[in-house]
Amino acid sequence: MADEIKDIDDHSGIETTGHSWDGIKELNNPLPRWWLYVWYGTIIWAVVYMVFMPAIPALPGMGTNTTGLRNHSDRDLVAAAVADLKAARVEQSATLLEASLEEIETDRGLQQFALAMGESLFGDNCATCHGAGGRGAIGYPTLADDVWLWDGTLDGIEYTLRHGIRHEGDLDTRFSLMPSFGRDNLLSTDEIDDLTDYVLRVSGQEHDGEAADRVADLYQQQCASCHGVNGQGDRLQGAPNLTDQEWLFGGSRDAIYNTIYNARNSHMPAWQDRLDDASIKALAVYVHTLGGGE
Amino acid sequence: MGLMNNHGVLERHSLLLTIGILVVVSIGGIIQMAPLMYMDNTIEKVDGMRPYTPLELKGRDIYIREGCYVCHSQMVRPLRDEVERYGHYSLAAESMYDHPFQWGSKRTGPDLARVGGKYSAEWQVDHLIDPRALVPESIMPPYAFLMDKKLRYDGIEDRLRTERLVGVPYSDEMIENAKGHILAQADPNDKGFDYYDSLMGLYEAEAGREGTVEARDWDGNPDEITEMDALVAYLQMTGTLVDFSTYEADDLGNRR
Repeated sequence: MADEIKDIDDHSGIETTGHSWDGIKELNNPLPRWWLYVWYGTIIWAVVYMVFMPAIPALPGMGTNTTGLRNHSDRDLVAAAVADLKAARVEQSATLLEASLEEIETDRGLQQFALAMGESLFGDNCATCHGAGGRGAIGYPTLADDVWLWDGTLDGIEYTLRHGIRHEGDLDTRFSLMPSFGRDNLLSTDEIDDLTDYVLRVSGQEHDGEAADRVADLYQQQCASCHGVNGQGDRLQGAPNLTDQEWLFGGSRDAIYNTIYNARNSHMPAWQDRLDDASIKALAVYVHTLGGGE
Repeated sequence: MGLMNNHGVLERHSLLLTIGILVVVSIGGIIQMAPLMYMDNTIEKVDGMRPYTPLELKGRDIYIREGCYVCHSQMVRPLRDEVERYGHYSLAAESMYDHPFQWGSKRTGPDLARVGGKYSAEWQVDHLIDPRALVPESIMPPYAFLMDKKLRYDGIEDRLRTERLVGVPYSDEMIENAKGHILAQADPNDKGFDYYDSLMGLYEAEAGREGTVEARDWDGNPDEITEMDALVAYLQMTGTLVDFSTYEADDLGNRR
């Protein structure tokens, strides 16, 4: 083939491929040099990569792919990275673990560390329910005010974080159950209607006084053991104060009726298996300083 | 340069060219696929994996039907930030009963590989009904209608048989009692009471440890088994099965 007479295009002076379609010829331009060298470079790179990195799939009998000279493993790298992170934190985590919650909150350096740590933990783990900054939502307590269902002290908050509320699988979880008075046929709908007026009266809202009077005794029998004789609630049982105009599930007539009829027993997961001790302490301090810590 | 000039032969015969292309293209495929033919195991050795219970499987079907995967992946990648936020990176073993798997890195919403138990079931229900009531900046659409849709599971036995066809170890007993198991997991105190022990026994035996099956009313309406029950039952177990206390990351077979 080398002996063939080269066909040179008259106009450009470049050799053609010899193909011709209706008199149109194809120029045989060489590949641009830069492109060609980059291409050769990638071939060399592929060989280097195969030598140093895991590249060749398992051959029969090998059981696993080649690990390459660098012995690279993403999973090892991430384990090392997480370990580095823990090591970087360990000093201050250790001081958090040694200090009592009160000390953390009063010592300026510790407090700053705990709050920064608490804020980021809160954003991922807690804000989904309790809202950014602990503003709360219907059914999810506001943490930025001074109303507490269970315990608003540092130790109390830490306990709640550790064990959760009505969390199955933790025997020490904070637990109480309001009965579903309507759904389980414990009270008639008329009685629940009247009780709604009673709760409206206790909380200082517009109500039907006669209806409330009718169930004054019933309230003492059915409700007072948890919510208190005067409706002031009982922290030991997580029973809300009915007189303070603060509502977890809403204070309208409908919402109160619904609460008595179905009962509301919300859950909070226990965090002690998900978060380490330093994180829980930092979170306790963070929540305590949000607004209403006791 | 004689050989190099012979490419003209290939280029002038379309059949030869087609065969040549086929050979070259198959090399990549063969290198990827051939090891799977003779390797005993391509997934990590772990404790705790079990097939989905029928209710969880129905929930997973709803998850796929509603396109949750369009915004939520289920794969914690081995990167420091992800491990910090979501927990242990996902293992191949954790998706071994997934048909299809939900891997990905598309995160319009957060990764859900380990969302199980992170929040309460009540939260999942409230959030699915109206995401913005709880997370004002959320762009997730509401799924309140799941509360009103009764779960249809008349074909659940065949559904399990199909899974078995592709290698999920459902036993005959699991398939026979599938309807009862749905009742047991969504209404353990009443309608499903008789099947509760069977559900727990069969699936926890498969997992090899206790506490891997949770039975309760999921959506706050114990009178009816809704699609919300199924979806939340599924969400609340994602990523919770593997016992990481016994997982050996350094084992050669577990390296990646």
